[in-house]
Amino acid sequence: MAILTVNNVSKHFAALTALNKVSIEIQPQSIFGLLGPNGAGKTTLIRIINQITGPDEGEVLLENQRLKPDHVYSIGYLPEERGLYKKMAVGEQALYLAQLKGMSRHDALEKLKFWFRKFEIESWWNKKVEELSKGMQQKVQFIVTVVHEPKLLIFDEPFSGFDPINVNLLKDEILELRRKGSTIIFSTHNMASVEELCDNIALINKANKVLDGSVKEIKKSHKTNTFELHYNNFDGDLKSVLNSRFDLKEIRDEDGIHTAVVKLPMGAGPNDLLANLMPHASITGLNEIIPSMNDIFITTVNAVNEGDPNSLLAN
Amino acid sequence: MNKIFLIIRREYLTRVRKRSFIVMTVLGPILMAAIFVIPIYFATMQDEKRVVHVVDETGLFITKFSNNDNYIFIPQYTDLETAKKTLKQTEGYALLYIPRTELNVPSQAMLYSDKQPSLNLTGYISGVMNREIEKHKLAAEIRNQIRLSTPGYKAAADSAADNLMSETILKNIKTNVNIITYKIEEGGVEKKSSTEANMIVGMVASLMIYMFIFMYGSLVMRGVIEEKTNRIVEVIVSSVKPFQLMLGKVIGVALVGLTQFLLWVVFTAILVGGFQQAFPDKFKMPAQQEKFVANPQMQPANSNIETTANLQADTGNDTANQILEAVSSINFPVMIIAFIFFFIGGYLLYGALFAGIGSAVDNEADTQQFMLPVTVPLIFAIVMMQYVINNPEGPLSWWLSMIPFTSPVIMMIRIPFGVPYSQLALSAGLLIAGFLATTWVAAKIYRTGILMYGKKVNYAELWKWIRYKG
Repeated sequence: MAILTVNNVSKHFAALTALNKVSIEIQPQSIFGLLGPNGAGKTTLIRIINQITGPDEGEVLLENQRLKPDHVYSIGYLPEERGLYKKMAVGEQALYLAQLKGMSRHDALEKLKFWFRKFEIESWWNKKVEELSKGMQQKVQFIVTVVHEPKLLIFDEPFSGFDPINVNLLKDEILELRRKGSTIIFSTHNMASVEELCDNIALINKANKVLDGSVKEIKKSHKTNTFELHYNNFDGDLKSVLNSRFDLKEIRDEDGIHTAVVKLPMGAGPNDLLANLMPHASITGLNEIIPSMNDIFITTVNAVNEGDPNSLLAN
Repeated sequence: MNKIFLIIRREYLTRVRKRSFIVMTVLGPILMAAIFVIPIYFATMQDEKRVVHVVDETGLFITKFSNNDNYIFIPQYTDLETAKKTLKQTEGYALLYIPRTELNVPSQAMLYSDKQPSLNLTGYISGVMNREIEKHKLAAEIRNQIRLSTPGYKAAADSAADNLMSETILKNIKTNVNIITYKIEEGGVEKKSSTEANMIVGMVASLMIYMFIFMYGSLVMRGVIEEKTNRIVEVIVSSVKPFQLMLGKVIGVALVGLTQFLLWVVFTAILVGGFQQAFPDKFKMPAQQEKFVANPQMQPANSNIETTANLQADTGNDTANQILEAVSSINFPVMIIAFIFFFIGGYLLYGALFAGIGSAVDNEADTQQFMLPVTVPLIFAIVMMQYVINNPEGPLSWWLSMIPFTSPVIMMIRIPFGVPYSQLALSAGLLIAGFLATTWVAAKIYRTGILMYGKKVNYAELWKWIRYKG
């Protein structure tokens, strides 16, 4: 059973279409990457899930129930554009935001104390927010997002503003939250962290979902049968040895190590390549190039944009 | 509902705890008390007694000026030029010259002084002279009447007229005629009223509403802009409806304003009261009332003259009691209830609009273009104040006191002059409807505006936001 189902959701702002019949399904206890270029409609989708705005068409189900006001208590949201009241004390503010998420004052105080201890920031409780650095404020915001222990967490660019040490701390916390049963929607442009954290993704471009599935499957399906080859003592011309069946993409010489990138034809395997080369060189290494999420993102978005005659006009 | 309460609580507490709020709460009453106390203090300050020389060619007034705490009047039986020289030599304060006139009634006096003579002095002189002239006019009139009705009794008529020229009677007549007007209420009850006092009460009330709307309206607007620029707003609207956030802020700020207002009233009363206790002699008003009570024999024997008028007569040129008396003719329960209602209603109507404006912009500098249509009705109401005072029943006054955008200011001016309950109810109903309407419009703008960054917004854009659904 999916924890969150988005069914054919559309949203229009006057002439602009922000979402066009987008459907996604998120399994419980998974980390779901919501990807897409700027202005694709991710934030609109997130706002619809948070009931900040409503869809024009379609429906959103949380645990098979249509979204209703009480569902905000089951969701924790860390928006990309985030901030705190500058003049307000940290603890008081965290307490206020936790209470807005439906916690009692007593529970909120207890849970917040726990998190403040965990992040070793108890001494900030009575400080004003404006006295904290940006990174420190982000920590407070993270705590505020998770303190009411929501089933569904939505992080929009959670790592912006953090140093690498704190990024790791945060990643661990996110994984820990999942382990404890939370489902996480993760929206970011940082593809490295997508590969590291996400189980499934959806790629949205120009209001349409253009790709979705598990990260593993997507990477597998985007393989281009390209191999990277390391060798030395090559006697002759690589190009002539590799007949027209193989597409030589690149040759590099670095510190006496020769590297070639070769795209294999449909149906051919690495053994075919080796069979061709072994008579001429000693092979030191061969590995398949698996496309990074970054490459998949760029190629998918570009392919969609090129196929869309209106894309230039729209931009 | 619980969430709105949380929001109101936060908006209220963070503002009330601010240093600027505490400073204003303490300084406000001190300033207000100073406005009441300092003029009285200075007016009654006796630095030295000033000498005023009097040259009276008519001979009517020369003995009528009596010395008081501030001035000594010395009659000079010389011509004007000599008196001027004497004034210089003796370093007197001023020279009062009353020239002989060809007509029976002298109506002019000149006051020579090398300084600007105080209002106190000129007021006193003209008061004394007015009374004397009126006395003589009346005496002449009485003489005339007696002479006409009883020919052959000339000598007796003269003495009768002299007898009638009792100070008390004449003073009573004067005050009755010039200051006190009678307002006949629907119930047939006669009450004394004073246009001037009504005017002041109405103006103070409506100016206070005007200031409150502007001060706290812009506080709401700044609060919204702060949340927007802080980028906290998206966190909050993921927990509460934008409408709840807006309403919570408007109500929270209203409570801050009411708190400040009540504290000011209480502190000012304490300060003024304390001052009165400490320096009772500085306040003439209570002293005169005492005098009135202590000397019942001052009431005139003539029963055909209203006794209450004596109070007016006794105060002479001091109008404080008259104002008090007149003010007491205003229907205060209605005035107070209406003030609180229009105070809150007017603020809520505009507060929502201010919140809407705040949500549509990224910083305070951009608010200008949207502020204009909001401030114009308010400023128009203030400009029309004088007109409404002069024509509280006129059609323009009626309309301005019904239209929700001007009614909070204009109705407060009209109430002291008497407004039928049916009109009050209609105006109040329209104000509530107006508040609901502006809140609805503002909420639509607010909902879209708070999440819109870096976009120059114009009216066409706002109209689009109002029409968005869902």
